[in-house]
Amino acid sequence: MHPAFSVIFLTTLIGVGQGLFIALNIGQVFDLARDDINLGHGFYAWGGFLVLSFLALGLIASVFHLGHPERAWRAVTQWRTSWLSREVIVLPLFMLIVFAYMLGHFNGMDAEQSLTLGLVGIIVCFTLFVCTGMIYACLRFLREWATPLTVVNFILFGSASGFIFAAAYAGWAGQPELLELFGEIGAWLTLGALVSRGWTLKRNAELRARPKTTTQTATGIHHPEVRQTSMGLMGGSYNTREFFHGMKALAVRRIKGFFLVMVFPVTLALLLAGTALDSAFLVSLAFLAQYLGLIAERWYFFAQVNHPQNIYYQQVG
Amino acid sequence: MTQLALVIDLNVCVGCHACVTSCKEWNTSGQAGPMPDDNPYGADPSGVFFNRVQTYEVGSFPHTETVHFPKSCLHCEDPPCVPVCPTGASHKREADGIVLVDYDKCIGCKYCSWACPYGAREFDEHSQVMKKCTLCVDRIYDQTLPEQERKPACVMACPANARIFGDIHDPDSQASQMIREQQGYALMPELGTQPANHYLPRHIRRGSDDSA
Repeated sequence: MHPAFSVIFLTTLIGVGQGLFIALNIGQVFDLARDDINLGHGFYAWGGFLVLSFLALGLIASVFHLGHPERAWRAVTQWRTSWLSREVIVLPLFMLIVFAYMLGHFNGMDAEQSLTLGLVGIIVCFTLFVCTGMIYACLRFLREWATPLTVVNFILFGSASGFIFAAAYAGWAGQPELLELFGEIGAWLTLGALVSRGWTLKRNAELRARPKTTTQTATGIHHPEVRQTSMGLMGGSYNTREFFHGMKALAVRRIKGFFLVMVFPVTLALLLAGTALDSAFLVSLAFLAQYLGLIAERWYFFAQVNHPQNIYYQQVG
Repeated sequence: MTQLALVIDLNVCVGCHACVTSCKEWNTSGQAGPMPDDNPYGADPSGVFFNRVQTYEVGSFPHTETVHFPKSCLHCEDPPCVPVCPTGASHKREADGIVLVDYDKCIGCKYCSWACPYGAREFDEHSQVMKKCTLCVDRIYDQTLPEQERKPACVMACPANARIFGDIHDPDSQASQMIREQQGYALMPELGTQPANHYLPRHIRRGSDDSA
C-alpha cells in the first residue's frame, strides 16, 4: 500500500492525545491517594487542553485524506457496518468529553465529578482505539492488518507516546513524582508495544512465505506457470499508485530499522535517563524520538501490506 | 432475486481492447462521466477506466499459451467494498445486484478501494470521488434503445462475442447456462466474495497442430 500521510498523522496524533488523557486520570487518582502532592486544577485543565490540541490536529490531518471534506457529515450514517463511520462518531464524542473535562477543571469541579468524567472519557477513549484499529483489522483480505494485534498495537503505541508526553508535561510543571510515575508506565507500555509489534513483524514474514491469493487463484488459470505479460495499460493508474509504495526494498528496510531503533531503544534510553535525573528536557527528547519513530512505524504499517489487487498489476504493457 | 453479471469466455477473447474503449466512450458521457484522461499523449498518461484487458502467458516456451483476460468490477454477491463505506455511497442494488457508487454521497476516503481485493475501483482525481463499473446501468434499462441494445457497452462492442450479459440467478438465462455447461468460475474464490461475474476457462486443444 502507498502510505497516506494524512492517516499517518491522524492515527499517531490522536494516539498521543488518548494516552495523555489516560495518564491525566491516573495522575489524578495518584494525586488523591497521596495528599502530599496537590497539583491543583491548572495541571489537569491545561493537560485537557493539550489532549484536545492533539485530537484537533489529528482531525485536521484526516480532512486532507478526503476528496470531499464538506460531505464528511455523511460519514456518521453507516455506523451499523463501517468501523470508519464509528470512528467518525466516537472521535468528536471523545473531544466533547475532553472539552468538558478541561472546562470543569478550569472552573474548579470537585474530584468526584472529575473522576466520573474521566472514567466515561477513558471508556470512550478505548472505544476510539478499537475503532481506529478495527478500520484496518476488519479488512480480512489485507492479511497483514487482519489481526487483533493491529488493535493492540494502536492501544500500546498511543498509550506509550501519551504517557511519555505526560511525563514531560509533569516535568515541566514541576511534578517530579508524576514525571517518574508516567515515565515508568510509558516505559512498560513501550516494552509491551515492542512485544506486540515484534509479533506482527514475525507474523507478516510468515504471511509473505505463504500467500493465500496467487496469480492462479486471481485468474483461475491453474497452471504452475502463469505470468502477466500486460496489465492492460502503459501509463500509471489509480491501481498502480494507491497500492504500491514505489520504494526500493533497501529504503523500506531502512525505514523499518529507523522506527525499530527510535521507538524502542532510543526512547527507552532517554526516558530512563530522564526519570533517573528528573530531567523534563530528556523526557521531552524521549517523546520526540518516539513520535518521529511512530511516524516511520505507521508508514511501514501501510507499506508492508501486499494488497491482493497488486497481482493484477505486475507488468507494464 | 435478480443478479445481473457478465460471463467472460476466455476461449474467444482476442485481446483487442474494444470493450475497454467502448466502455470509456459510453461512460465518459453517461452518469459516471466524465472519466478523466490526464496527459493522454504525453510521457506519463493516466486515466480512469472501468474495464481493462490484461494478458497472461501460461507455461514455458515453446509450450506457452497466451490468455487475454478482461477485468472489471465483478459485482460480488457479498461485496466487501459496501459495508466499509462510511456514508452509504457504495451500495449494492436490491433489484438487480449491481454494485454502484452514489457520486453525490461519496466523500472520497478511498476506503472501499482498500477493501476490494480485485482493484476494481478507480479514484477520479478530478471529481474527487470513487468510480467503478456500473454495468451500464444508464443503458440497460433505457427504453429508448432497441431491446437488443439494452446491454453494457462492452458487451455490444466485443467482436468475438466473448462477453455474455445476463441474470445469473435465472437458471434459464444464457449466462447461467454457459456457467453451468462450461465450468464457469469466479476469481479469488478463496476470499468468499462470491463474484457475480464468471469466467469460462480455456479448453486447451491438443492434436494435429502439435505434430505439424
